[in-house]
Formats: sequence, C-alpha cells, structure tokens
Amino acid sequence: MSVAARPQLSHLRALESEAIHVMREVAAEFERPVLLFSGGKDSIVLLRLAEKAFRPGPFPFPLMHVDTGHNFPEVIEFRDRRVAELGERLIVASVQESIDTGRVVEETGPRASRNRLQTVTLLDAIAAHGFDAAFGGARRDEERARAKERVFSFRDEFGQWDPKSQRPELWNLYNGRIRKGEHVRVFPLSNWTELDVWEYIDQEQLEVPSIYFSHEREVFSRDGMLYAWREGTELIDGEEVVTDTVRYRTVGDMSCTGGVRSRASTLEEVVVEIAATRITERGETRADDRVSEAAMEDRKKAGYF
Amino acid sequence: MTLDLLRFTTAGSVDDGKSTLIGRLLYDSKQVFEDQLEHVAAASERRGGEGTLDLALLTDGLRAEREQGITIDVAYRYFATAKRRFIIADCPGHRQYTRNMVTGASTADVAVVLIDARRGVLEQSKRHAFISALLGIPHMVVAVNKMDLVEHSRERFTELVDEFAEFAERLGDSAQHGARSLDVSYIPISALNGDNVVERSAQMDWYEGPVLLELLEQVDVAYDHPDEKPARFPVQWVIRPSGQWDSDYRGYAGQLASGALRRGEEVAVLPGGGRTRIAAIDTYDGELEEATAPMSLTLRLEDELDVSRGALICHPDEAPAVARAIEADLCWMAEELLRPGGRYVLKQTSHSAGAVVEAIDDLVDVHTLERVPAPHELGLNDIGRVRLRLSAPLMFDAYTSNRRTGSFILIDESTNATVGAGMIVAPAP
Repeated sequence: MSVAARPQLSHLRALESEAIHVMREVAAEFERPVLLFSGGKDSIVLLRLAEKAFRPGPFPFPLMHVDTGHNFPEVIEFRDRRVAELGERLIVASVQESIDTGRVVEETGPRASRNRLQTVTLLDAIAAHGFDAAFGGARRDEERARAKERVFSFRDEFGQWDPKSQRPELWNLYNGRIRKGEHVRVFPLSNWTELDVWEYIDQEQLEVPSIYFSHEREVFSRDGMLYAWREGTELIDGEEVVTDTVRYRTVGDMSCTGGVRSRASTLEEVVVEIAATRITERGETRADDRVSEAAMEDRKKAGYF
Repeated sequence: MTLDLLRFTTAGSVDDGKSTLIGRLLYDSKQVFEDQLEHVAAASERRGGEGTLDLALLTDGLRAEREQGITIDVAYRYFATAKRRFIIADCPGHRQYTRNMVTGASTADVAVVLIDARRGVLEQSKRHAFISALLGIPHMVVAVNKMDLVEHSRERFTELVDEFAEFAERLGDSAQHGARSLDVSYIPISALNGDNVVERSAQMDWYEGPVLLELLEQVDVAYDHPDEKPARFPVQWVIRPSGQWDSDYRGYAGQLASGALRRGEEVAVLPGGGRTRIAAIDTYDGELEEATAPMSLTLRLEDELDVSRGALICHPDEAPAVARAIEADLCWMAEELLRPGGRYVLKQTSHSAGAVVEAIDDLVDVHTLERVPAPHELGLNDIGRVRLRLSAPLMFDAYTSNRRTGSFILIDESTNATVGAGMIVAPAP
C-alpha cells in the first residue's frame, strides 16, 4: 500500500488523541475509576475528552468534586449545570462534613485555608467508594514536583506519592496494576501547557465559569495577590477592600486563589493574554504553593491532587 | 495556531552541564517565567553567593534533588517557539541511568547527547547514544559542551567529532538498526555562556552549522511516518451503551497505532482472523472517510465478529506476525535479576499475556558494543537479547519497523512493578 505523505496532526490534536487513549486504558483496566471535576478549566477539558473517548455511551465512571465550602458560587453553579447537561453522575465530597465529623480541624485566623484539609476528604471519599483510579487535570508544566510525575501516578494505601520510586513509563504502555486499597491518580493532560488548555477550550468552544473572564469584584491585596472579599473574611491591619477589574487564572478556594487584573473578556482575549504572560499560573494566583520551596511536593506526598 | 510537536531527550549528569543546557534553552527562548526566575535567583544566591544565577536549578524539581545537587527522575519540560512545540524528556545520568534513558527515549524523536569537551566521549554518552539507537531514534545531536573550557578550540571539537563518528558507525549494527541510517549532527556549545544554544557564538566563528535550537526546529518530526506503515488498530474499549443510552450502537474504540483506515475497506480482526468491512469511522466530531495514525477513533464493523479489548484490526493482506514465542531486546529495570524460567506479565498495545523467560541469548556491552553470548542473568540496567514464551498469541511487528506494535513492558506480578522494557526482534523458532 502506498500512501502519500499527509500533514502531521496539529499539536492540539496529537495531545487530544494521547489523552483519549489514556482515558480508555483506565476505563478498560480499572474496576472503579472516578473523574475529579472541580469546575476549573483543566477538568472542563477532561470532561470534553471523556465525551470524545466514550460517547455515544455513558462515561464508565462517576464525577467527583471535593467541595471545600469556600468555592466561588459561580463555579458551583457552573459545575451543576455542566453535570446535568452531560447526564452523568456527580458525587460531592464535602470538607465541611469532614470538619463536622471531626476528621479534620478547621484552621483559624485571617490566613486560614481549607486547602490542606481537602486531602483528607479526598482520600476518605476514595476509600469509601472503593475507587481504584482517579482522573485529575494536573499538568506537568504547572509546578516543579509535577514535572516529575507519571501519567499513571501510583498511590499506596495511605494515598501517598513516593517520587523516588515511581514506575518507569515507556512508550504509551501504562502499568495500572495495584493491590486492594491502593489507587492510581491518572493525569491525561500531563503533556499539556496552560496555553494548550486555553487554545483547546477556544477550539472546542467550551463554556467556562464566568470568573475566568474579566469582571468587577470587591478584593483586597495581600502578599502581592488580589483576594476576593466575602462576608466573614478577616482582614489584617492595613488591608483595604476595593473594587477592581479582575479575572481568575485558576479556580481554587476563594481563601487561597488570587485574581489578576485583566480586561480579557472573551476566550480569544484570554488566549492572547496567556500567550504573553510572564508569570506562571500557580506563581501568580496560588497562595497554597507559596508556603515553602517544596509546598506542592509535600502536599502531593500526603495525597493531594 | 497549528504547530507540530517535537519530543527530544537529553541525558547526562549534573557535571555534563545537562541541566544548565536545558535551563539555557528555556531561558534564552524566553520560556522562563518571572516567578520561576526569581525563585532560581534566590536559590542560586543561597547556594552560590550573591549575583550567581544557576540555570540548572530551573530543572531540579524535588527537594532531595535541590539539597543534594542531583537529578533523581525523568522530568518533562515544555517550551515553544514560533515554529514548534517541544517536549523535553530530561533524564538523569548517574543513578538508574539505563532505566531513565530508556524511558525518555521511548517517546522521543531526537536525542541530544552531551559530551564534555574536556573529558571526551565517556561511557555515559556512549550509553545514551546506544540506547537512543536501540529505541529507534534516528536523529542524534551531539552537543560538545564546555567549549569555553578548551579555548573554543576547533581542533578539540574535530577530534571529538571523529571519535564519536567512529563509534556511531558501529552503533547501527549493534542496536539492530542497520536498515535505517543514523543521522548525527555535531554542535560545539557552551551551555553556561549560551554559545550556539539559542544564540550564535561570537567565540566560535569557525562553526557554520545551525545552533541547537535551529536544528531542533528543522528536524523532520514524522521521521518514521507512522501513517505510511500498514494499518494497526488495537482495540482498547468496546462502546456498547445500554439503558437510556443508544442501545443499538456497538463500536470499537482505540488509537490508530500506524497506517490509515478508510470507510468501506475490508479488514481482518486478529487473533481470530475473521474478515469484515469498516461500516463507519466515528469520532465525537463526526464520521470520517479516512483516519490516520495517531488518531483516536471508534470503528463500527459491518458484521458481528468477536471483537474485544486486545484484538487488532488490520488490512487482511498486511497482517502483523502472530506468535506465542518471541525474541526481543530487553532492558532490565529491577534489582531482582532476570533469569531463565522467570514469569512475568507482558503488556503490548492493549494486550496482556503471561510470559516465561526461555533463554537469555546475549548481553550487550554498551562500552564496546559487543554482544556477550549466553549470560546467566540480566541485572539492573543490563540490556540483552531474550526469548519469551507467551500464554496467548501476540500480534506484533518488529520494533525496527513499528515502534507501537513492536514494544512491550514486563510487570512483576508479585510487586506490580514495571521491571523490563522490550523491543521485539522476531518470532522465536
């Protein structure tokens, strides 16, 4: 058979095909997978990839959101609408419940955050439902420790990641073998960058929560970041609530996710802004990564996303 | 914006300046963000004193790596130029080196082999070159680094090029890639000063070839043209909705490993061998008349055949080999030795089978490129030719003609660890 040379797949189509392959491998090789859906841009892309991998059938797994109770209301509203549109099942694991049942203790003070607490809620939910694989939207370009993580990231029975003894991952052959009680975190977007994600959202014309676009919001400045002010926020001396024009680059807790001043109000404008940015998304907007030089590594070892 | 994607691998230890080289590529191509740079500047000053900027720190991700000044594991880096998107598989050289290099090389289009201009062609560079050739990477860029420490000497560069070229000539045969000629380019660089990495060197005007980034932008990505090979479609998953979903639908989902498939064509389903025609090529974005590798898609077939995960769909006159015993080159990745009689799970495409080691035929001496016959065992980081007997027929091509259908991993069922990476040579007698 002789076939004329064809143009290469675009990088987005190549990344898409690779991610669909990963998702189908998980569906075929695990008993009880779950897809972690936060309502953020990366997990929005995961849902589209799942549609591409499994339609016209249903997803062979439920969706799960770890709800800290401090999420942006716009994101929760979007989450529920998107799940209803897809006709898929959503499990909500609640950090508030973990606090109420005494599994974790709420931090106090003006810098209190539920970021660390959600690891316990996540691991409890994985154990309670018997999930053996959990899809996440993490990307290797996000952070230094993540650059070292496998697509299939093995977790022991305590949910821990051991970066020094990861399984080698060759070609497109994934080893998903585990014992009971262990699980695997699977990252189909491992090789995507933030710009790829936005270009893909634009290409697919995916809806995203409104907080990703420029809007006016009451904010206060702390450690060089603009945090959303809401009822009950404790201000530190000298901090002032002002109205500013911002958008969010990442969707996390209101307590630890900063907005950026931006006039980008369409997908095209966001793509242009991201292509020109000189600061990483986590560096610009996430207090949770600023705790120490190895903040992400430490949290990942303990079982974080 | 349509860019293609180039994956390349680097290997070496901290001493070779590998991390510095990658840091330099990212930094000079303006892919380092301000917060990352601040971070590196602060860390450099803590370690090296005021005013130093150690670009190697850009790539060290884990706490233990920063503390000990080593690189533990393969890390993946991403950057883009106006011409291309790049993925770097950054492999540490000193510990678990073969394992890491093989892992990085398994998905790479190009290997960047580093040589220290002062120290010459050392075993580690040879090992990286050998593994790159063994894993079917046809483009090799030999970057002769630290040229600043040999007075940017053209003579020294030429001497090293000659030495490496002599080695590269022998690589083809030993790595079983005689059929495909190895394309080697040589560039004199100084990663520390940025000479010939992204910017042309003012110190080495005698060098007229492309600088490293230019070369990486020019290399033909589709070197092995997977879409021009015989069609191979390993079935990953059967889409067969029930209940409130469309219950008449039955589609076979997978990623086209090589070749092209068209609607209406006759195909065979292996291992059964049943024949039918492609009724439709479905994607979420609509039906296709034709699909090419490496697209993910869903096939509907005209007849109801027994098709499940692990089956392989191809054109009847271009079927792959089907055998229950194979000969393969194996990279061993575990502390426990590989011995004849050892039992493992073999995973190839979407197919898994039990595998028993029948014999170990030889062991490659990576330094001399000689194959030493009949070793008793393979140890960690050894590469050798083995014969495996399988619990079920395997559908495959030789690795040299098809990377996707010629590769496999071995898994130790008692630990679930991935212990071996194999490249199939032929069916075993």
